[in-house]
Amino acid sequence: MDDIPPYPPIDPTTFDLIVIGTGLPESIIAAAASTASKSVLHLDPNPFYGSHFSSLPLADLPSFLSSHSTSPSPPRSPSSDDPNEFSLLEFATRPLYSSIDISTFSPNLLDQHSRKFNLDVAGPRVLFCADKSIELLLRTGTNQYMEFKSVDATFVGDNKGNLWSVPDSRAAIFKDKSLGLVEKNKLMRFFKLVQGHLAGEQDVKISEEDLQSPFVDFLNKMGLPPKIKSFILYAIAMADYDQEDTGVCRDLLKTKDGIDQLALYNASIGRFQNASGAFLYPIYGQGELSQAFCRRAAVKGCLYVLRMPVTALLVDKDTGCYKGVRLASGQDIFSQKLILDPTFKVTLPLGSSPPLPLKEKLPFFSLKDDKGKIARGICITKTSLKPDISNFLVVYPPRSLFPEQVTSIRLLQIASNLAVCLPGMFVLYISALCNDDDQGKKLIHAVMNTLLTVPLDSESNAAVQSETAEIGSAVQDETSESSSGGPSDSGEEKPTLLWSALYSQELTLGQVDFICSTPMPDGKLNYNDLIDTTFKIFQEIYPEEEFFPETSLENPEVDGDASPET
Amino acid sequence: MHGRPRKAPKPEDEAASSAKAQKLRALQTQFFSFHHNKIYTKEAVELSAKLLEINPESYTAWNYRKLAVEHYLNLPDCNPDSIKSVLDDELRVVENALRQNFKSYGAWHHRKWVLSKGHSSIDNELRLLDKFQKADSRNFHAWNYRRFVAESMKRSEQDELKYTEDMIYANFSNYSAWHNRSVLLSALFDKKAEGFLLKEKVLPEEYEFIHQAIFTDPDDQSGWVYHLWLLDQTVTTDSPLLASSWPGHGSDVLLVGDRCYNGSAFSPFSALHSDSGSFPIVLYFNQPVRGVNSSTVTVECGFNKNEDLLWKPLSASNSQTARVWVAHLKVSSSDLHSTVEVSVGHTKGIISTRGFEYSHPSMLSFKVHVQPMERDSSQVSVAESISLREENFKVYGKQSEESIIDSFDQLIIKNGHETTASNWRFEALAKEIECFRELLSLVDCKIGKLTLARLLKAYDAMSYPFANKLVHSEEVLELYSDLMKLDRTHYQFYKDERSIVLLQKVTSSKGSLLQHCFQYKDSVSSAICGPICLRLNNLSLSRMGAFEKLLWVQMLDLSHNELQSIEGLEAMQLLSCLSLRNNKLRSLTALEPLRKLKLLRILDISYNQIGDHSIDTTRYVCSSPLSHSVGSELNRDETVTSDVALINNWEAFYIFKDFNLNQLDIVGNTIADEKFKSVLVKIMPKLKQLDGKLLD
Repeated sequence: MDDIPPYPPIDPTTFDLIVIGTGLPESIIAAAASTASKSVLHLDPNPFYGSHFSSLPLADLPSFLSSHSTSPSPPRSPSSDDPNEFSLLEFATRPLYSSIDISTFSPNLLDQHSRKFNLDVAGPRVLFCADKSIELLLRTGTNQYMEFKSVDATFVGDNKGNLWSVPDSRAAIFKDKSLGLVEKNKLMRFFKLVQGHLAGEQDVKISEEDLQSPFVDFLNKMGLPPKIKSFILYAIAMADYDQEDTGVCRDLLKTKDGIDQLALYNASIGRFQNASGAFLYPIYGQGELSQAFCRRAAVKGCLYVLRMPVTALLVDKDTGCYKGVRLASGQDIFSQKLILDPTFKVTLPLGSSPPLPLKEKLPFFSLKDDKGKIARGICITKTSLKPDISNFLVVYPPRSLFPEQVTSIRLLQIASNLAVCLPGMFVLYISALCNDDDQGKKLIHAVMNTLLTVPLDSESNAAVQSETAEIGSAVQDETSESSSGGPSDSGEEKPTLLWSALYSQELTLGQVDFICSTPMPDGKLNYNDLIDTTFKIFQEIYPEEEFFPETSLENPEVDGDASPET
Repeated sequence: MHGRPRKAPKPEDEAASSAKAQKLRALQTQFFSFHHNKIYTKEAVELSAKLLEINPESYTAWNYRKLAVEHYLNLPDCNPDSIKSVLDDELRVVENALRQNFKSYGAWHHRKWVLSKGHSSIDNELRLLDKFQKADSRNFHAWNYRRFVAESMKRSEQDELKYTEDMIYANFSNYSAWHNRSVLLSALFDKKAEGFLLKEKVLPEEYEFIHQAIFTDPDDQSGWVYHLWLLDQTVTTDSPLLASSWPGHGSDVLLVGDRCYNGSAFSPFSALHSDSGSFPIVLYFNQPVRGVNSSTVTVECGFNKNEDLLWKPLSASNSQTARVWVAHLKVSSSDLHSTVEVSVGHTKGIISTRGFEYSHPSMLSFKVHVQPMERDSSQVSVAESISLREENFKVYGKQSEESIIDSFDQLIIKNGHETTASNWRFEALAKEIECFRELLSLVDCKIGKLTLARLLKAYDAMSYPFANKLVHSEEVLELYSDLMKLDRTHYQFYKDERSIVLLQKVTSSKGSLLQHCFQYKDSVSSAICGPICLRLNNLSLSRMGAFEKLLWVQMLDLSHNELQSIEGLEAMQLLSCLSLRNNKLRSLTALEPLRKLKLLRILDISYNQIGDHSIDTTRYVCSSPLSHSVGSELNRDETVTSDVALINNWEAFYIFKDFNLNQLDIVGNTIADEKFKSVLVKIMPKLKQLDGKLLD
């Protein structure tokens, strides 16, 4: 990125819409606008697609994170007014990541094969088989650019290192070895109640009063024991905060929403024949999603320029209205609308006050208040956390690891069959909502300490290095290993950590004005909320246009192809 | 595959299907011409394949292919390679047909036939089956075929058991898988395979397994069916046992000639009137058995070995298997007192329907006393009329209680040898009872209630006669009453079950039984019946039961109940007087059990519903006298068959012709008009009294 090759000037210089950043929301908007026959210029300062939703090679991840960790120096020169009718407002980037902590225990191996890794910046993430992202992929035909595999199971973890399978279906309840007969009966009856309610059966309708009450109260009312309550709240409805402690809970789930979550989960299981679990994961990582929508936009005529930083915003001197952007190449490009990656900040020239109309607009430039942070961790191991299964999700409900833990911690293990790492290795994505970096670190460390062996000497761990030579053979072992299927014994050897990256990410919402910022990766497991926000932004900038009208489907016959290949 | 709604066909679909039908008809016509002319050329055989691919249900085409295969195999230039290719072709045709309709009986059968030729590899079959069983895991055709393949491959039952487990884990709502599991376990039990030697080791695990299914979804029936099988495995002892007998062990039988019983010294339970100088010996087993004959059951009376004694099964069907067996022992009038010894099962040969040998030889001995006959019988019996009316009974006297108590015990055979072996059965039942009480505390579940009732009943039955009363009978009765309210569709079934429990309760102890024993007004003058009448009237019974405790009854009042059937009553061989007044018997054929009661003299079937329903659904279970089997009986009496009225009333003829009734009440039934009564008189020339009127 240091030496940007000289770019030929972009032609034309006027577009309907300029989108800066190729994260998933930006890419979807670019694709939707292109589909609506708008002329779109999609820019990204990075040499890759996906921005904060990308999947990066191992060596590139730390540099990407740190490049967004400190605010670049303030504008080099006070914004000089052009001779023409525009004021220049310089862009700055907003620091997004903090407390970045990279540990390598096997430097040689990983350095050599850095490009074999595709590490998600915003992990852990999965697609529910019936969620909005899958619908969007199918509706737009974008699924033809991607392949998926099934995330086969969900487990709930405890502080002893046990992983308990989540009885999320009739067959799973039947098979489950940890639930008692009474618990099985209660859980299945609850599922039936929800199914009956969703199917609109009159005699099992859940009352409006119950629907508006907290989900946890409803579960209590149904007489569900604590263990099952925890399964439903945190491993199926995916609640983030401790639902039973209103003091700390920032997202108290209503029964209505809880049931919607259950419906989503239920509809996801068995939707695709070769997906055994509720979730899908894209081969080559989550970054593929952004890239696929960019491809979709390009097919519709969107112009792409990567490695192209934008330096300033061009604003009408008199009205303070947005006019265009100045690129790092010095070229000015004009458009009616602008979509910004939320890391961009517009800085006002020092000592100068903006023109009056702009000042009025300014509150909209600043991003909404912080909604806290999310702590993320990426770990690489060479053995699976569970011997007989390679791709799965683990949820640590609030207070399952230590008493002060008030949020759920989620962990996703993805194996090399999804082309995210070297054969025989596993990537673990961990995340938890937190108030500050220290709290976040504590949450991520708690999971790592429970599940992994962290070598003491991070620089030269000979044992690990010698072991890595056997990685080739480990690939075969992965499939041949069998297990009783019960929860993993805490006495078993824990996987050894080869590499880890821990960092905290700011949480910001997207916002809408004549300049719109897209949302940052959120703390959720899937993209439903992000797609909702993206849809709202699109509606805001193009209220007349339909968001991917049905007729835009070019290849209706590929509709069923979203099923993952196995 | 299941629960898909049928859609109305669209016009274009109809057009397509009529075009298809036309094509099919053309194919069929051509095929039949090949078939009739026995043409087995390549083209002809291929045509049949085409036909089967469209319509796998064409049995003729399958048969034609079998003929064609036989034709090829008999050709002189036939060699192993050509055989294999012919048979492989067949397998391919079957596979295509199954793809069209995997529920085609003809196709599956053809495949079996091809494989039975023994030239084809069976290894492919499991692969094929996996495909079909994946498409529809409950498809019983595939499961049937799987059993065939597993047997042919000599695949172990253990492996197949594991397979059913996998299928059940995938979806436990699978009757076929559970069924196959029961089949495999039965085979393993029979073989006494390693690890399956002791049921008490295997069944608890199976119970544990099925509980997972039942508790997860009590509304799913497939699991309950398997549970019922497990319950049966737990309750039923392998080898059959003798449950009771008449006369009881250690009892005294007073055989009275034509009349004049004086009951001074003997128990009223075992005094018997006999015209013929013979009396019945009744053996009641706990499950249907075959092979009861004069070599497996020996009867010694004094020095007489009675080797020609004929044992007859008493069952509704005419099979040679029955729970109840009877033989008539003739006592020579010269021996006024003799001891009879009956030994059961000292020689092998009594075998249960499941193939288990009667293995607990038992010995019954009783004394027979003959009362000399008096000669003036004819006048007395004509004048006599028995009327089972309230005013004619008095409560059975306290003074006789002692003798009843003694003889009651003698009716029941105690199988002490089973107690220790049955401990695990008790434990298993107790555990199940606890388990289902818990389920019912969680959900209101009909089948759960029914299962609990069955469990409690089984528990009581097993503890009896060692425990003196049926501890759970009240609870069971309540469960059935509850079910009758909850589940109207199966009301009659619950009512029947409840009736049997009620009867078991009544007969379970001397005290409760005594409440139903009455003395007929002037027993001294009655030459026909014993002195005690068992009155089970007004109990809302819809079915009879507890026969093993009632073998001694000679006079039975079942009036004012709701009996629709009297199945099993044939066991009560001593019955001479029976009232079924005011019940719900709906047909003459429902009376069939009475045909086997040779001592029955007085019968009251008045005020039932015989003739109300034009269609008698039970008539098909009893053999028509016009069929070959009993036709010969008809021909014996030409005057009878030539009578049109009798031909039109063959059921009446069939039921009543063997009766030896003196007295019959049939008034209050639709069928009982004057014409019908005249038919009855014709059928039963010995009848003396009909509906209270003396006959000439």
